[in-house]
Amino acid sequence: MERPFAITLDVGSSRANHTGSWRVERPVYLDYLPPCNDACPAGENTQRWLYLAESGSYEAAWRALVEDNPFPATMGRVCFHPCETACNRVKVDEAVGINAVERFLGDVALDKGWELPRPGSAADGPARPGTASGRRVLVVGAGPGGLSAAYHLARRGHQVVVADANAEAGGMMRYGIPAYRLPREVLAAEIDRLRPLGVELQLGHVVRDLAAERRDGAYDAVYLGVGAQLARRTDIPAGDSGRVLDALSLLRAAGDGSIELGRRVAVYGGGDTAMDVARTARRLGATDPVIVYRRTRDVMPAHDEELDGAIAEGITVRWLSTIDRFEGGKLVLERMTLGPDNKPVPTGELEELEADTLVLALGESADLSLVEGLDGVQVHDGSVLVDASMMTGAAGIFAGGDVIAGSRTVTDAIGHGKAAARGIDAVLGGEVRAPATRHELASFERLNTWYYDDAPRTIRPELDRIRRQSSFDEVFGSLDETNALFEARRCLSCGNCFECDNCYGVCPDNAVIKLDGAQLDGPPQRRYVVDYDFCKGCGICAAECPCGAIEMIPELI
Amino acid sequence: MRRDLLPTDAVAAGGTPEAADTGAGTSGAIGDDPGAGRQRLRFYQVGSFAVGNRLADPSQRTVQSDATRSNSLDSGHRACQGCGEALGARYALDAAMRAAGGQLVAVNATGCLEVFSTPYPETSWRIAWLHSLFANAPAVATGVAAAMRVKGRSDVRVVAQAGDGGTVDIGFGCLSGMFERNDDVLFICYDNEAYMNTGVQRSGATPSAARTATTEAIGPDPGAPFGQGKDLPRLAMAHGIPYVATATVADLHDLEDKIERATLMRGARYVHVLVPCPLGWGTASADTIAVARLATQTGLFPVYEAKNGSVTSVSKIRRVQPVEAYLGMQKRFAHLFGTPGRPDIVARIQAIADDSIARFGLLDSHAGEPAERGAR
Repeated sequence: MERPFAITLDVGSSRANHTGSWRVERPVYLDYLPPCNDACPAGENTQRWLYLAESGSYEAAWRALVEDNPFPATMGRVCFHPCETACNRVKVDEAVGINAVERFLGDVALDKGWELPRPGSAADGPARPGTASGRRVLVVGAGPGGLSAAYHLARRGHQVVVADANAEAGGMMRYGIPAYRLPREVLAAEIDRLRPLGVELQLGHVVRDLAAERRDGAYDAVYLGVGAQLARRTDIPAGDSGRVLDALSLLRAAGDGSIELGRRVAVYGGGDTAMDVARTARRLGATDPVIVYRRTRDVMPAHDEELDGAIAEGITVRWLSTIDRFEGGKLVLERMTLGPDNKPVPTGELEELEADTLVLALGESADLSLVEGLDGVQVHDGSVLVDASMMTGAAGIFAGGDVIAGSRTVTDAIGHGKAAARGIDAVLGGEVRAPATRHELASFERLNTWYYDDAPRTIRPELDRIRRQSSFDEVFGSLDETNALFEARRCLSCGNCFECDNCYGVCPDNAVIKLDGAQLDGPPQRRYVVDYDFCKGCGICAAECPCGAIEMIPELI
Repeated sequence: MRRDLLPTDAVAAGGTPEAADTGAGTSGAIGDDPGAGRQRLRFYQVGSFAVGNRLADPSQRTVQSDATRSNSLDSGHRACQGCGEALGARYALDAAMRAAGGQLVAVNATGCLEVFSTPYPETSWRIAWLHSLFANAPAVATGVAAAMRVKGRSDVRVVAQAGDGGTVDIGFGCLSGMFERNDDVLFICYDNEAYMNTGVQRSGATPSAARTATTEAIGPDPGAPFGQGKDLPRLAMAHGIPYVATATVADLHDLEDKIERATLMRGARYVHVLVPCPLGWGTASADTIAVARLATQTGLFPVYEAKNGSVTSVSKIRRVQPVEAYLGMQKRFAHLFGTPGRPDIVARIQAIADDSIARFGLLDSHAGEPAERGAR
C-alpha cells in the first residue's frame, strides 16, 4: 500500500490492544436470593412475579405466582407477608406492598378467568400429561395445606382425592378467617379453579381410620392436613349466668349468622384469633368488646396490623390481666406484672369487668385420633413429627399445616402442601430432585440505592370505621391497575439484574456488551456479558450496579 | 428536554431532539415531578437515575443505553482503570453524534485524552477527529467550522475538546477569542483538576488544598493555595455566549441533555464536565462515579446551565453531604484528616461549598429527605 511521506505503519484500531491483560479482578454477574423470596413460607418467587408485573405482563406474573401458590387472591388478603418485613426497601423508605400486588394479580385472574396450569405441567416435575402416573393420593383436609398439596400433586400427574368433614372446602380459610378479611366468594372462586385439574373434593367425608381409608381407596400415599380444630381451654370457674364460648365456634357460627352474643363481650387471649373474635363480635352487635390479655403489647403474638385494626374499630385491651372467675355478668380479673422471661406473675389485685359472654381464644390443637395406632407415626407435644420431605414415620404418609410443629399460618400451610407434594412425588417413583441450592442472600449492603427513584408506598383504600363496626364488608380495598403497577415498580430487584443498563453505560472501556435480544443459536439473550479482552477490572460496574448483581472476583495468576 | 429553554436560534442541524417533552405521557409511565427540573422520567424502579430503563419508551432512553450507540471512543484505549475522562468523552461525543445525526468533527487539544486514545498508529476514535496543539484547539475548531461554512455543510457540527489544562491555562487565549467571536463551535472541557498525564501537576482548575506534584502537602498551607485558580464556567458566562453548562459523569441524563442541546445550537457553546481521575485524586478506580456524585452532593461542583450569560437552571442537590465525605475518599486531601489533621482547612472548604450552594440555590426544602419527594 502506498503511504504518505514519513508514514511507515497502516492505521489501526486500538481494539488491537487487549487491555484485559491489565486486570487483577474480574466482574461477574451473579444472582442472589432476594430477601422476599427467602422469607416466603410458600416459597414464592416474589421478585420474579413483581418483575413481570412491572411491565404490565399481569398474566405472566400471575402464572409465575401460581407456580408455587394456587391462591393469590386469598393470600393477597390473609397472608401476614413476611416478605414485606424482610424487604430491603424498608431501609430506603417503606417496604414494597407485595401483598397488595399479589391480591391485585389474584383478582385480575379471577376477573379474566385465567385457568391454572394443566395437570402434569409442573415446571420442576416430570412431564406427565393428564393423570398419567396412575397413582392415587388421598388428602385429608381441604384447608390451605391440603388444597396446596392436591394442586401440586395434580400438576405432577397424580390422581388426587380430597376428603373433608365440612360441608365446604377451605378449612380455616372458610371457617376461621372472618369475611371482612376474606370474602367467601373470592375463596370459593379460587378453590373452584382446582377442579379442572381433576382434583376430586369429597366434602362431608369424615376420615376416622386412616389405615382403613388408605387400604379401601387403594391410595398410594396420604397427605394429612386436618388442621387444629380443638379449642384449648382453661379452667375458669363460671357461675350459671356466665356464657363461655370458644373462638372457633364463634367464628364458625358468625359465618352462618346463628349466634347471639349479647352486648358486652370479653375475649381472652392475645393471638390473631383473639383479634378476629373481638372484631367479629363488634360486627355482631357487641357495643364494646374487650380483649383480656395477660402480658403486654410488646410480647403479644397477634400481628400489629390486626391489633391496630381492632383498636381502630373501638375495641379495648386489658393488658396484664388474667381471668380469675366469671359470675353473674361479671368477670373478675387479676392484675399481673411481667416477670423474668416475660412470664406474667400474679399480683393478687382483683378488679371487675362487666360481661355477658366470655370467648376463649387460647389457641387450638390438632385432633390426631385418626392416626392413633398407625405404625410409625410419631406424635410429640400434640404435633406429628415429619422429616424434611414432610413424611411422617410411616411410609407414604405425609403431614403439614397446623398438625405439625411450627408457625401456624395459611402461608406456611401452603408451603407445607407444596413441599409434601414434592416428597410424595419422589416416593411414588417420580424423579427425586434435590432442592436447588440456595443462593447467597441479597443483603441491603449490596445495593446502591442512589439509583432508585423516590417512591413512597401506596396506601390501600380502607373501609370507613362506621361500616367496619356494623358489617362484614372487606376492610381493605384493592389497588387499581395504576397503583398496583406503581407498587410493583417500587421493587428494588435486590441481587438480580433487572436490565437498567448501568454496567453497560458506566464502563469506561466499552467492555460490557448489552445482549439486547441477540440470538446466538438459541433463544433471544437478555442482560449483559463482560468482554474480558478489554475489561481492565476497574470495578465501576460493580460499584454502580443498583441491585448488587455484580461481584468482583480476583483473577488467578 | 425543556424546549422552552431553547433560544430561538436553536436550529436542528440534522436529527431532532427526542420527543421527550411529554415526560411521563407514554403508556405505563406514572407520575411526573415538575420539581425535578430536567428529570424526564418518573419511572420506578430507577426513574432517570440509572443509564437505562427497560420500562421506558425507546425514544426516552439515553444514548448510552442503546446497544448500537456510536462508541465514539472505542475499547483498547490506554486510559487508566476507572478513567473518568474516557467515560465522560464517550458520554459527550456519543450524545453529540446522535444529536448531529453522525455529522460531527472533533478537534482535540493535547492532553490525557489525546495521549491515551491515539498512540501511533492506533486510534480509538470512531469519529472524524483532529489533534491540534495543546493551546490552539479552539482556533483549529473555528477553522473547521469556517471550512464547513464555505463548503455549505451546515449539517456538520464541530466540537473542540480539551482537558482542564488545555482549557483554563494553556488554551485560554484561543478559547476566549472563540467565545468573543461567537464561533459556531461546541467546546467541551473534561476537568480532572490537574495535569494528569505528565504526572499530576497543578492547573488553574486544581481545588484549594489539593496535593499535586507541584503543590506538595507540606508546611502551614499544604496543597494548592486558596484564592487562586479559575472558575471557567463563570468566565465563559462573562463572555455572554449563548450557552454554558456544567455536568459530571455521575449524572448521565443531565450530561446527555446538555450536550444534545448544545450540539443543536449555533454560536459559541461551552460545556464543562467534571471527570474524576483515580490516579491524580487518589481514589479507588471503582469510585470514579461515586466521587463525582459527592462533588455535586456537597455543593463543591455546582451543576447548572446558563443562557447568554445568565444562569437558567440548576440541578438541585438530592442528598446533601458534608465536604468530608467527598474529601475523605481522596488521597490528594489525606493531609487534612487523621491526627491532628487540618479541621480549619476542611472548614474553609466547607465554607466554599456553602457559598456555592447559596450562590446557585442548590438546596431546596426536600434535599436530604428523598422520601418526601415525588408524592404520587
